[in-house]
Amino acid sequence: MLAALLASAAASPSFDYLLTALVLVPAAGALVLCLMSAQRPELVRQVAFLVAALTGLLSIALLVKFQQADGDFQFVQSWTWIKDYGIGWKLGVDGISLFLVVLTGVLFPIAILAVLPEHDSKPYYGWLLLLQAASMGVFLALDLFMFFVFFELVLVPMYFLIGKWGHGNRTYAALKFFLYTMFGSAIMLVGMVVLVVLTQRATGGAITFDLRTLANEQALSTQTARAVFCAFALAFAIKVPIFPLHTWLPDAHTEAPTAGSVILAGVMLKLGTYGFLRFGLYLFPEAARWAAPMFLILGVVGILYGSVVATMQKDLKRLVAYSSVAHLGFIVLGSFALNRQGITGAIVQMVNHGLSTGALFLLVGMIYERRHTRMIAELNGLQKAAPLMAAAFTVVMLSSIGVPGLNGFVGEFLILNGTFTAHRWYAVVAALGVILAALYLLWAYQRTFHGTAQSVENERFKDLNFREGGILAVFIVGIVFLGVYPKPMIDRIEPSVGRLIAHIEQKSDTFTAPEVQSGTEVELSGKAGSKEPGKVLAVVILSGKKAGAEELTAALEAAETQADGHGAEGHTEEEK
Amino acid sequence: MLDLVWLIPACPLVGFLLLVAVGRRLGDPLAGYLATAMVAASFGVAVTVFAGLVALPSEQRFFLQQLFTWISVGNFGVDVGFLVDPLSMTMVLFITGIATLIHLYAIAYMKGDEKFSKFFLYLNLFVFSMLMLVLGDNLLLTFLGWEGVGACSYFLISFWFTEETNASAGKKAFVTNRVGDWGFMVATFLTFFTVGSIRYADIVVKAPTLAAVTATAIALLLFVAACGKSAQLPLYVWLPDAMAGPTPVSALIHAATMVTAGVYLMVRMSPVLEASYTWAPQTIAWVGGLTALFAATIAIAQNDIKKVLAYSTVSQLGYLFMAIGLGGYAPAIFHTVTHAFFKALLFLAAGSVIHGMHHEQDMRRFGKLYKLLPVTAVTFIIGWLAIAGVPPFAGFWSKDEILAYAWQENKALWAIGLVTALLTAFYMSRQVFLTFFGRYRFGDPSAQELNAAWDAKLAASGVTADEAGSSVAAATEALVLARSKVSEAESVHAAAVSAAGEAQAKADAVSPADVEAATAAVLAAGADPAAKKAAERVLKDLEKLAKDAEKATTAIAKADDALAAARQGVLDAESTLSAADAAAVASREGMAEVTCLAAANRPRSSFGALLSAPDERDVVEFLPHEVEHRRHHHPHESPLMMLLPLVLLAIGALGAGALNLPFVHRLHLLENWLEPSLFGSETHLEVPGAGLVALAAVAVATALVGILAAAAVYLKAKGDRERIEQPILAKGWGVDEAYASFMGGPGRKAFELTARFDQVCIDGAVNGVATLVRQSSAQLRKTQSGYIRSYALGISVGAVLLLGLLLSKAAL
Repeated sequence: MLAALLASAAASPSFDYLLTALVLVPAAGALVLCLMSAQRPELVRQVAFLVAALTGLLSIALLVKFQQADGDFQFVQSWTWIKDYGIGWKLGVDGISLFLVVLTGVLFPIAILAVLPEHDSKPYYGWLLLLQAASMGVFLALDLFMFFVFFELVLVPMYFLIGKWGHGNRTYAALKFFLYTMFGSAIMLVGMVVLVVLTQRATGGAITFDLRTLANEQALSTQTARAVFCAFALAFAIKVPIFPLHTWLPDAHTEAPTAGSVILAGVMLKLGTYGFLRFGLYLFPEAARWAAPMFLILGVVGILYGSVVATMQKDLKRLVAYSSVAHLGFIVLGSFALNRQGITGAIVQMVNHGLSTGALFLLVGMIYERRHTRMIAELNGLQKAAPLMAAAFTVVMLSSIGVPGLNGFVGEFLILNGTFTAHRWYAVVAALGVILAALYLLWAYQRTFHGTAQSVENERFKDLNFREGGILAVFIVGIVFLGVYPKPMIDRIEPSVGRLIAHIEQKSDTFTAPEVQSGTEVELSGKAGSKEPGKVLAVVILSGKKAGAEELTAALEAAETQADGHGAEGHTEEEK
Repeated sequence: MLDLVWLIPACPLVGFLLLVAVGRRLGDPLAGYLATAMVAASFGVAVTVFAGLVALPSEQRFFLQQLFTWISVGNFGVDVGFLVDPLSMTMVLFITGIATLIHLYAIAYMKGDEKFSKFFLYLNLFVFSMLMLVLGDNLLLTFLGWEGVGACSYFLISFWFTEETNASAGKKAFVTNRVGDWGFMVATFLTFFTVGSIRYADIVVKAPTLAAVTATAIALLLFVAACGKSAQLPLYVWLPDAMAGPTPVSALIHAATMVTAGVYLMVRMSPVLEASYTWAPQTIAWVGGLTALFAATIAIAQNDIKKVLAYSTVSQLGYLFMAIGLGGYAPAIFHTVTHAFFKALLFLAAGSVIHGMHHEQDMRRFGKLYKLLPVTAVTFIIGWLAIAGVPPFAGFWSKDEILAYAWQENKALWAIGLVTALLTAFYMSRQVFLTFFGRYRFGDPSAQELNAAWDAKLAASGVTADEAGSSVAAATEALVLARSKVSEAESVHAAAVSAAGEAQAKADAVSPADVEAATAAVLAAGADPAAKKAAERVLKDLEKLAKDAEKATTAIAKADDALAAARQGVLDAESTLSAADAAAVASREGMAEVTCLAAANRPRSSFGALLSAPDERDVVEFLPHEVEHRRHHHPHESPLMMLLPLVLLAIGALGAGALNLPFVHRLHLLENWLEPSLFGSETHLEVPGAGLVALAAVAVATALVGILAAAAVYLKAKGDRERIEQPILAKGWGVDEAYASFMGGPGRKAFELTARFDQVCIDGAVNGVATLVRQSSAQLRKTQSGYIRSYALGISVGAVLLLGLLLSKAAL
């Protein structure tokens, strides 16, 4: 069915409207749900799933159709909406947003499939679909005003999802979440208006909220740009959240219903980090550079602090929530390393965090459904009764810890390696987070799954059923695939990151992105065929058992000239 | 043939995937055979590739195979690619070879385990990871294997996860290793930053041009990683605990292969090590030497058969790092290979003993097992002679070469190495003598059981004392009763006497004349009936009086008797009491004695051999039933499938020395073979032949001294064992405890404080702001009262102020 749909999608010329469809399909679905009868929850659920799944398929079609080498915005759609204010329905996707869009497309149907609401399913699914539409809007908007509208719109469904379908302290958590993020966005709105008005004054043209125009033609003074950046940054920092603005997160995560937690982790926590890349760095390159040291420090603090606090949590869901603080610290760190590896790693990590933390929340949700508790102290010896769940938990946990071969490592490594190139000591300290991650997750795992069951409920704990296993399998396939072969993802992300960095370099005179300048050595051994390094080494070996540095350098040069010829041959061979 | 290299890791990977898919259905023992076949296939491919490599001239023995790009961003790029050279193939051959044998062994060892197929699934994943580690053509792929083996080690240590200690040991291994991984990661970043690539081929070329400070940093960071994985000071603490895993795991992962990954890494990166300041390799050599000595001292006092081997492994790994620090890379690899043979052998043989002893691991319960487990014993003894450094066994050649390097480079380290060799010979001999010789001790009680027996005996003597006490009380009561009876009898007696006196007096008052007169009166009144009656009455009265007197007399006699009896009763009761008293005193004394004995004997943690002491012999009857049960439970030799790997490994432990024989350059097979991989960075041994012979003689003499000393103590029972097996050594110098108390104490407190800070300060601030806003708006709300008069007042005040302002402006 999927293949057929994709084929029909590919055949139809309607790709121009793909992005609009991504936003409007779930929104329309929400409307349809409003008109349906609440007496038939099963039907409501099916319709909701179909709509979300359709959106997911559209996002996959987007992935398939995406031109991977093109770093610019693709599938751009641009309609004027309010002409006098230069506001338009402008959507576009590039490597930075592509995978977040796909994640949004895929996570929602899974969340709908995985979790049944305890009551009032009609409004529940309605809010979920609205949330999907709004999240798509945030990632696709190329117009500041539209972005703001969607950014705010996301809050409403989430507020109700937490407040109405959440656990114990849900009202408090929902209100805190709402007010906290609202506070940030209000300041961002002010910054946005200042930016738009001042740009219009400086350029003398028409007023516009268009992202690309603003980025390219913006002529704010350095001081003003920094101030406006701060306004944006505050909103994003709360949304990420960055230490010390993070305390809404554990409350919201813990009290949200399982589907809410999955969406929170998978999609909504990315709104802030995405905002930093798309609006922070892109609109205010100089200011971002100016503020980078602070964000690097806060990123490192977030990694270590989040891990330490996670270690001491007694509630499993809260522990996972604090692990998010640590993971997002990595993303902030990579974003502000301001080089290819760092930013690419940050985007990769956004996707990875969505997968691994999303899966962790699902698992915690499954445990809660069975045991009606999330307290670690009340859970023990579950592995005996539920080996499949334990296996799934282990894989997801190792991904979250950052074991190579699974997805978490790729992002983490790129971020740390990029940061090391730019600001080495931050990376050295941040890398300590890998020790702590192992500590808190393995400790929690040991207490929950290992040992012997101390109560009848734990002894009779039910293992995964078919549906749950299937859903987790989707996550695990993603986790393993992106860990073993992240190339397709990275290849689609990197050109856009390159463009972003080029933009930053172009907009600030003195700046070149801190990259390792690769010498000839890299070329030497690298892409060309497999025989040359051997020859180079042979040269080195032949040049003397205990060769001094000078001799070796000479040998190296000799080898280089030799290899240049081979390299050229190698490339032609490759082209054939 | 070299193109086949990808198959080497692919085989166990396929095995792993198959076992994930159908492992449970295959079950015991098919899953084991599948896994073994996959690893054996991998070994077969490795031999083929090896043959292909040998066929090349030595300077061309280098081959790269790139499968696909793994991570590539900007200038940074790593492939999933394999590097085939003498070093990696040496590692691959012994890893796959030994792994095949251990897989085979495990089929029998794990028989009947409910997670049988899962065990082999982990084992195959481990072999895959280990092969990626040594075959990877760049640091990151090695890191993938590095973490992969770490994860498998975690799974397998906590394999029997229902025991809390096993689970903790697994977690400890993973977290401790992560400390080392931090070093690995930072070293990788630094290598990329300075070299511009993390491929070994590039690193090797660029290494000599690195600044010394950079090279030192990279080398030492990698050494931090090696300290974790290869269990060196101060990160060794996880390895002894890792013995919680099944014994095949201890043999494969925690002795033969994974723990040597650090050695491989250092040798692979040796050009960087050569480019660093001279103190960097020296540091490595010293850490290695000190670890070797430190762990050897601990091994002396361990009683768990696997713990001895674990500390021995730590100690032997110390030798390897000493060799690396001294520039002897080829000897390090040589000893890695021989160690893999004899240590895997020792672990598997130990596993066979444990299997035969029904999961008993305490050597104090073994003894004389060579009679019952002959094959195991012979193979174990070969392993023992190899590790002790007795020629011509493998360990002698490889250890001797390291010592020769130490002699050439650093005499102090040589001395440390020699002392370690002495200790090694000693503790390994101790292990052999305790396990296979001496007398059967598997029925001997443990310290715990002895303590329980003492408790039982104490309780029993306590019961006797209690009984004595109660009999004293009863006797005392009886005495009181008897005494009261006497006084009663006395009063009866007194009453009888006084009554008799009265009667006698009355009787005495009647004279015979009165009787005669009365008789005469009867006779006289014969005619007159009335007078006769009166006279007869008088007569009767008189007779009665006489009778009364008589009665009184007999009553006195009776009372006398009763009195005498009562008095006798008192005497009896008194004697009973004194007897009971004596018994009570005796039992109290007995109890005190037992308490003393118990107190004197109980703190001893030693095993039942002490039951021969006269004080303790009478405890025997109080020993728990398990002891008796054990005594009838005889050890048995393991099945053939376990013995076959033992025999094959024993052949290796016997002959692996031939890989690298001294004196003749051509016989330095391994060193010559490895030479292309080391890029001429290793130090060469320049000690003359005679010197080597002298050094070897010293080493052999040292080994013999160690063996003889152990024989004296453990076979001939000369000298005090307890003075050798100090408790501080048994506790591993208290390092583990110190770590634990730090982690559980200040470390935990700091974590808790941070969590509390988050809750109270940061979240508190947020909630505080919220409260402030709510309260101030509550105050502000009061201004909006709805009363027109207050608004009017506001307006007029404002108007006045405005007016005043305007006027003052106008005035200016």
